[in-house]
Amino acid sequence: MGVVFGHLSDYASGFWYTVALTLASFLVSLLVGIVIATMRISPAAPARAAGLFYVETVRNTPLLVLLFLFFFGLTKVGLAYSIFVSGVIVIGAYHGAFVAEALRSGVGAVSKGQAEAARSIGLTFSQSLRYVVLPQAFRTVVPPIGNIFIALTKNTSLITVIAGVDLTSAADRLNTTYAQAIPIFFGAAVAYLILTIPSGLAFGWIERKVAIAR
Amino acid sequence: MFRRRLSVLVATAALAMGTAACGGGTSSSGGGLAASAKPAGYAMTQATNIPASPTLDAIKSRGKIVIGTKFDQPLFGLKNPVTGNIDGFDAELSRLLAKRVLGDDKKIDFVETVSKNREDFIEQGKVDAVIATYTINDARKQRVGFAGPYYLAGQDIMVKKDNTTIKSVTDLNGKKVSSVQGSTSEQNIKSKAPQAQVLLFDTYTTAGEALRDGRVDAESTDNVILLGLVDKNPDAFKLVGAPFTQEPYGIGLKKADTVFRNFVNDTLAEAEKNGDWQKAYAATAGKVDPKPPTPPAIDRY
Repeated sequence: MGVVFGHLSDYASGFWYTVALTLASFLVSLLVGIVIATMRISPAAPARAAGLFYVETVRNTPLLVLLFLFFFGLTKVGLAYSIFVSGVIVIGAYHGAFVAEALRSGVGAVSKGQAEAARSIGLTFSQSLRYVVLPQAFRTVVPPIGNIFIALTKNTSLITVIAGVDLTSAADRLNTTYAQAIPIFFGAAVAYLILTIPSGLAFGWIERKVAIAR
Repeated sequence: MFRRRLSVLVATAALAMGTAACGGGTSSSGGGLAASAKPAGYAMTQATNIPASPTLDAIKSRGKIVIGTKFDQPLFGLKNPVTGNIDGFDAELSRLLAKRVLGDDKKIDFVETVSKNREDFIEQGKVDAVIATYTINDARKQRVGFAGPYYLAGQDIMVKKDNTTIKSVTDLNGKKVSSVQGSTSEQNIKSKAPQAQVLLFDTYTTAGEALRDGRVDAESTDNVILLGLVDKNPDAFKLVGAPFTQEPYGIGLKKADTVFRNFVNDTLAEAEKNGDWQKAYAATAGKVDPKPPTPPAIDRY
């Protein structure tokens, strides 16, 4: 384990890259998820179709392939985003499809009477979503969103294929130099757990905070 | 109705993918699949007296020499999918050796060897010799003998075809350079050009793609690999031709058979003297190497 403790600064720089990438992509995924979920439950058929198309294409394509297509494909049409920004957009957009489906299931869990009551007192569709349906939907989807967050955290390691310098890449570089794969990747696993276990606990706390007494 | 529509959709998609694949195939075959360039006539002739040695005796009684080489290394040992021939510098040296022993460069069986099995194949006598971008080092010398070196490989730099500013490794200071994960290429760059920013991709081709897109100024790894990339993309890339590490390639053979090792060394010396070595290089790696090397001194240890 000496190789791990001797290179804590290498792990730290990779760790903070992973933290930044995780938080930024998660924010993007929430925004994308809300927009797409709204489209999927919208009364307008074209919006529903577009939302369905987004979810099914993005969710059913490997993240690795999407990263490649975005990073190397868009430069061919003159759009070159940096490695980090490409990662945030692709990882965020990909998990946004999952967030959208989680939110949609949450909306389904809000009883129909709530939406009907909201509309009957004169709220528009978007108002009824914003003030009545989504706030209740969010409460029921905290656990699945927590799952998506943890999956997203681990999936950020795929940024190494477009030369991102995250935690996995830091471990990989150390391993190239010292050829001690087991302690080095064990160190990386611990670092990921330092990130994911508290976030799991945080989601549990949020879940209890917003729980509806039924 | 839905089912029929679906099948049409699938067929269309398959067709589209098929065409795409074909398009990709033709555009990337810069190496020339059908036209495997043959060097114009070698001067090498059969040796007048072939000494007795376990390997040479086996070759003579078999009437064929068995050479282990790579089947997937462009310009050195690459199996041509159209003709089935093995093309490349290593394959040409094998032909010269066959001509020296048996007087006929067609009396060869090529066996694919990969990095992991080369020593085993030699020790078990599955091959008479291994000519397969095989770096001579002390660890390997414990198990096998090496004739040569016949070529000095080394880490080199590949740039876009129109680049004129990067001429050596020190020019990489302050530049972005791509390479691959899990290789020592990064450390070699950092030790010679500490101010270079190295981006590590997962394959040589994606590292090359980053160069094509202008995300990096250069790609750096073993020149043999870079030559292969240049060969496939002759209009996009070029090799700088300023290697900054040294990896001597040798011909691996049975450790105990010093008579055969001397014979192979004599063959190499002859090929280097009569111009066959240069012909073989010019017809293979020399097609894309801007600076054809001179053969390294043979190490008769």
